[in-house]
Amino acid sequence: MSADANDGISRRGFLAISAATLGGVMLAPGIRLIEIAGARAPATGVSKQVRWGLLIDTNKCTPGCDDCVKACATENGLKDTGHPRTDPQWIRKVELKDMRTGRASSVPVMCQHCEHPPCVDVCPTGASFKRADGIVLVDRHICIGCRYCIMACPYKARSIVFEAITDQNPDVPRGNGCAEGCTLCVHRVDRDEQPACVEACTKAGHNAMTFGDLNDPQSEIAQRVAKYASTQIRADLKLNPGVRYQGL
Amino acid sequence: MAESLIFRELAGTSRRYWGLLALLAVPLALAAFAYFYIEHYGHIVTGMDNQIVWGMPHVFAVFLVVAATGALNIAMAASVFGKVIYRPVAPLSALVSLALLVGGLALLMLDLGRSDRLIVAITKLNPASLFARRVIFYDVFMVSVGVYLWFLLERRMNRYVKPVAVIAFLSQLFLITTTGLEFGFNFRAAYDSLLYAPMFIAFASAYGTAMFVLILFAVCGWEGRSVSEELSGRLKNLLGMSVAASLFLAVLFLSSKYELLRSRDVARFMLFDGGVYTALLWLGQLAIGGVLPLALLLRSRISRATLAAACVLVVAGGLAQMYVTLIGGQAYPQILFPGLIESSSYFDGQIHPYTPTFVEIFLGLGGVALAAAILAVGLRAVALLPERLDQPAQPQA
Repeated sequence: MSADANDGISRRGFLAISAATLGGVMLAPGIRLIEIAGARAPATGVSKQVRWGLLIDTNKCTPGCDDCVKACATENGLKDTGHPRTDPQWIRKVELKDMRTGRASSVPVMCQHCEHPPCVDVCPTGASFKRADGIVLVDRHICIGCRYCIMACPYKARSIVFEAITDQNPDVPRGNGCAEGCTLCVHRVDRDEQPACVEACTKAGHNAMTFGDLNDPQSEIAQRVAKYASTQIRADLKLNPGVRYQGL
Repeated sequence: MAESLIFRELAGTSRRYWGLLALLAVPLALAAFAYFYIEHYGHIVTGMDNQIVWGMPHVFAVFLVVAATGALNIAMAASVFGKVIYRPVAPLSALVSLALLVGGLALLMLDLGRSDRLIVAITKLNPASLFARRVIFYDVFMVSVGVYLWFLLERRMNRYVKPVAVIAFLSQLFLITTTGLEFGFNFRAAYDSLLYAPMFIAFASAYGTAMFVLILFAVCGWEGRSVSEELSGRLKNLLGMSVAASLFLAVLFLSSKYELLRSRDVARFMLFDGGVYTALLWLGQLAIGGVLPLALLLRSRISRATLAAACVLVVAGGLAQMYVTLIGGQAYPQILFPGLIESSSYFDGQIHPYTPTFVEIFLGLGGVALAAAILAVGLRAVALLPERLDQPAQPQA
């Protein structure tokens, strides 16, 4: 027995290490699976519990700054073709002036991701649709290019592609003859990232844009819209956009 | 009971007839070229842009669709409302309606950004969309008018004409009302008025009757078939009433837009500051398409040439009206922030320019030529018009 004890590792110790190793080998993939299962699987789709929204603080939005517009163009592969009247614009800076008071402001305007989107109501094929989490999109496979959504949108947020597109961003497929508009960078949102415009605004230190779940009382956006007065563009139309403006 | 009228098809072997078809082939070939050109290069080759997305093809298309629904009025007056005088020309009225509708719908299809997805447009219908529901009603309309035409021409089925005519009448009413409402329900400043519904019913009646009379006179003139004074007198009255109603509703619409402060700016644009749109509104829609033909039609007895001239004026005024409504309505900027001056790289706050290109005009005229070709072939293939239209009307249907 004493000879056994001098071997450096006891039978009991060997068995314990073996059991621990075996247990680790068996359990580790399971733990990894739990981690995967906890993530949002593409097949499960998006939740109705979520309402993605944007809050834009116009007091922090500098006239002439177009960081958000540039970031959108880069992220979504929107290129300047030299034809400004036909080039699609997913986000634009609208400069505003109140002639009675002289107050000027500058606001980014994009698809307002309405709760009751007129583009979805008029679309003959159902290509314009609203995801459960409130993001309004165009299914490029069934868009027939009738332009009815562009006629119906009160925010000028939809464009149609007038010429063939090359060198596209694989995350954002686009097509000649199809309608398109801001997707709220849905491909990034589904990876738990921020839309490109918001990220660019924050990175530049402006912090004029807040993105988040309007339905989550703990989110920054929900707390800010609860605390500060914010407005919706053309609120009279009762479309309940997911994009809200502070300081207008 | 007096003997029924004898219906005859167009004499089709003459060189004149083939000449007519060859003549129609020219605009059809140009339209085919225009379609493939746009299809190949994209809508960049049109005058449209991201501010004016519906251009000249839509002007022709909506005009044809509106005129198509109105052209059926003559048949409906005969078969639903028992106006015996119109019975001999009821089949022609139905064919004109179908031909104009096919011409208009073909244009809408060919002007799609993705016209290759026609199957998608047919098989995927969004039930919430008024536009999609209209696709179903276009089908109901065409089938019911087709069956109506068949029942009119097939003596054994004559007794079922009325029920099918009622269905055709209801789908006609639905189609034209919803055409008006597509503008009326739109948020753009120039639209956004429920008056579009009755106004488009009146426009349809005026344009449809004018197109019908022109086609009737063309066919009868072609073959030397006579038209009775009584029939042309009644058609004159129908056209006169329709033009008067159009004019009244257009004036009511414009003045209500002006009267309401929230829409005064757009009314001022249309009535005074809109350049080409203002000119087309006053000169085209109201003077040439309204006051002038009304002045001609108000006289108690007018010649066939005068009635035809009034019809041409109404059609010209109708095209002007469509241009003002469709293009002018888009040219006026969409207001996102009422009370504030807006400007942006996307032309917010600006009047948007539009110059149609030749390809758009060729495509638009192709829709008209397609309707004319359907009429020429239809009248040649089927006996749709009586040999004489100067006999007392018969209670045939």
